[in-house]
Amino acid sequence: MKRTVYIYKAFERFWHWMQALLIFFLAATGFEIHGSFSFFGYENAVSYHSVAAYAFIVLIVFAVFWHFTTGEWKQYIPTMKNIVPQVNYYLIGIFRNAPHPTKKTVLSKLNPLQKLVYFGLKILVVPVMVLSGLLYMFYRYPHKDSIEGIRIETLEPIAILHTAGAYALIAFIIVHMYLVTTGTTVTSNLKAMLTGYEEIDVSEDESEQSEAAGNVYEKI
Amino acid sequence: MRKIILLLLLLMGAILSTVYFVKPTEKNNEALAVLKNKISKRPTATTDHSKLDQLNRDFATPQEVTAACSGCHTEAHKEVMASNHWNWEREEYVSGRGIKYIGKKNAVNNFCIGVEGNEKSCAKCHIGYGVTEKMNGYTDSTNIDCLVCHDNTDSYIKGSEMSGLPDPGVDLRKIAMNVGKPTRSNCGVCHFFGGGGNNVKHGDLDKVMFDPDKSIDVHMASDGANLLCTDCHVTEDHKMLGKIYSLSSMNRNRSTCEQCHGEIPHEKNVLNEHSAKVACQTCHIPVYAKANSTKTSWDWSTAGRLAGGKAVTEDDEFGNHTYLSTKGSFEWGRNLKPEYAWFNGTAGHYLLGDTITDSSLPLELNPLNGSYRDRKSKIIPVKVHRAVQPYDKVTGLLIQPKLFADKSGEGAFWKDFDWRRASEIGMKDVGLPFSGDVSFTKTIMYWPVNHMVSLKEESLKCEDCHTRKDGRISELKDFYLPGRDFSPLVDNTGIGIIILSFAGIAVHGAFRLAASSKGRKDGKS
Repeated sequence: MKRTVYIYKAFERFWHWMQALLIFFLAATGFEIHGSFSFFGYENAVSYHSVAAYAFIVLIVFAVFWHFTTGEWKQYIPTMKNIVPQVNYYLIGIFRNAPHPTKKTVLSKLNPLQKLVYFGLKILVVPVMVLSGLLYMFYRYPHKDSIEGIRIETLEPIAILHTAGAYALIAFIIVHMYLVTTGTTVTSNLKAMLTGYEEIDVSEDESEQSEAAGNVYEKI
Repeated sequence: MRKIILLLLLLMGAILSTVYFVKPTEKNNEALAVLKNKISKRPTATTDHSKLDQLNRDFATPQEVTAACSGCHTEAHKEVMASNHWNWEREEYVSGRGIKYIGKKNAVNNFCIGVEGNEKSCAKCHIGYGVTEKMNGYTDSTNIDCLVCHDNTDSYIKGSEMSGLPDPGVDLRKIAMNVGKPTRSNCGVCHFFGGGGNNVKHGDLDKVMFDPDKSIDVHMASDGANLLCTDCHVTEDHKMLGKIYSLSSMNRNRSTCEQCHGEIPHEKNVLNEHSAKVACQTCHIPVYAKANSTKTSWDWSTAGRLAGGKAVTEDDEFGNHTYLSTKGSFEWGRNLKPEYAWFNGTAGHYLLGDTITDSSLPLELNPLNGSYRDRKSKIIPVKVHRAVQPYDKVTGLLIQPKLFADKSGEGAFWKDFDWRRASEIGMKDVGLPFSGDVSFTKTIMYWPVNHMVSLKEESLKCEDCHTRKDGRISELKDFYLPGRDFSPLVDNTGIGIIILSFAGIAVHGAFRLAASSKGRKDGKS
C-alpha cells in the first residue's frame, strides 16, 4: 500500500541543504586557497572560507543537538544486515527494474550502504575536516603566540589532510547527487528532501504504528 | 514544493550577497595618524651656530674647523672616534668563527673588492681627514670631519682622491656657521653613492632620495612624511641605529619598521600574523631601484681590454657603464623585483685570508643565516649582486689587487692593467701569499632591501606568493605555502577518484537508461 509520508522534518531539510550549500562554497573557496584556480581573489577566498567554516561549525552544533534530542542518530548506526542485497541491487537489480531491497520507513529511512557512508562522514570525514580546519585557522606561524601544548612546526600535514578530506567530500557529493536519481522515480528522492514528503510502500501494520506515533499520512 | 525551492534559493541568494557585499571596511588607522602627527613636529635647534663668533672667521684648514667645534663640544670627539663611521670596523660575533673585528679593512666585497691599498681614494667617504695607506690618521681627533655630516648648506664636498680632505673650493666659514643635525643630503652623499656611483651597491639608496616623491619612498617623500635618515636610524652619542649586512654579523642595533609602527600595524589580523615569518619590507618594497639603475653584476675577468693602448668605456642607453677597461663588464637593472631569503639577523663573512674550499659554486661573501624552522628568521627582500672576481687557484684565496695609484708604473691595475703585478702588490700589502696565478671565481653578495617603501596600494598581494607558479618566494622551498604547495599524491589520488566517480556514474547511468528503455519496449514498466 502506497502512502505519502512526512519523512524529512523541517530542521533536517534545512540542515541538509545548508550543509550542501556550505560544502559547495567551502570547496570553491578552499580550492582557490589550494591554488587550483582563481575566482574570488586569494584574500577574499581566505576570508569567505573562514566565514563559511564558522557557519558550518554552528550548523554542525545544531545538527548534533537535533540528532540526539530526536533520537534520529540511531538511523546512522551501521549494519551489515542487507548490505549484500543492497550492493547487488546497485550493480544488477537496478538494471532489471528489481524492487529496492531495503524498505524505506520513517524509523529506518536509510539503506545499509547509506548508513555506512553517512556514518563514515559523520564520524570521520567531517570531524577531520573541522579539526584540521580549526588547526589551519588557528595555526600561528611557528612560535608566534603559539600554545605550548599544540605547537605545530609546519602547516604541511594539516593542509594535506584538509585537502584529502576535501577530495573525499567532493567525490561523495558527486556520487550522492547521482544516487539521488535512483529512488522510486528519478526525482522522488530530491522531491522528498525538498518537501519532506515521500510516497513509500507501507504495510498495514507499519501504517498503524506510524499513525500511532503521530506521523502525518495522506492516503493516495 | 515550489515555495520551498523558492525559499531555498532566496536563502542561498541572501547568504551569497551577504558574503559579497559585507567586505571588511577599512577603518582609519589611528596609530598611523598619531605617528604622522608625532613626526610632523620637529624639535628646533637650541643653538644658532651663525651667531657664534668663534665660527665667523677664516679657516686655513678643515682641521681648524674641527678644533673650533671641539671648543664647545669638548667631548664629542670621543663618541665619534668610538663609532663605526670613524673606525670602519665593528666587533662582531660570527657564528662558527667567534669574535671578529669586521670592517672595510678585512672584508671583501664583489664590487671594488676592498679598501686595502686604495685608501686615498676610498677616504672620500670616511668621516676623517688625512687617511693614508696605513690608515694612521685614526688617532688624531682634529682629523674628524664634522662638516661632512653636519653641513646644512649642501655645499660641502670632499675632494677626489684627497685622503678625505674637502675640495679646495669649499667655503669653510659659511659651512661652519651653518651646521646642524644631519639631513638626507649629508648621509646620501656617501650612502647613495656606495660602490663609486649613484645607487651602484644598495639599489634602494639612490640620489633620487635627496628629494623623493611618494611613489619612490613613502617615508622620505618630500610631499609626504618627509623623514630624514636619522628619524629611523636613531642616533645617540654619534652611534646610529641600523647597519647593512655586507659588513655586519650580529642581530643587534637594527633599525626596524616596528620601532615606529609596532608589532601589529595592520587592521587585518591575518596580515599581522604574517609578520612572524615575513619581514615588513617583503610586502612593502615590491620593487627597488625605482628611479635609477643599480649594478646587478660585475665581471672583473674581462677588465684590461684596451683599444689602441687606451682604456675603453661602453655605456647603455641610460648612461650606465657596461664596460670599463679598468673594471670589466657590468649589468644593471631598474625597477627590479627583489630576490628573497630567510634571515635571522646574523650573517657570515668572507674575510681576507679565508680559503675557498669549493670553487664550483659561487662563493657567498656574506651568507645570510636563516631558515623556516629558525624561530628568529623572517623572509626578507634582497638585492643579489653577482660577480666574477680575481682569486688565486693555488692558495684558494680571493685576491685583493692594488687598484688605485696616482700615476702609472706603481703596479695599480687601474693604471697599468697588469693583473699579476697588481695582485702581487695588493696581496703583499695585506700580508697574504700569492702564487703568481690569477684566476677568476664567481661570488655573490646579499644586500637586504630596506628603503624605497611603496604606497600601501602597491604592496604585494596574497597572490604574489600564494600561487602555484613563479611566485615571489618560489625559491624558498623549505616550508609548506598554501596556494603554492600541495601533495602530488593527495591531489592526483583525489582527482583520480573524482574522475572515476564521474566515469562510474556515466557507465551506470547509461546502463540504467538502456534498461529503462528496454523495459518500456517490453511493456514491463
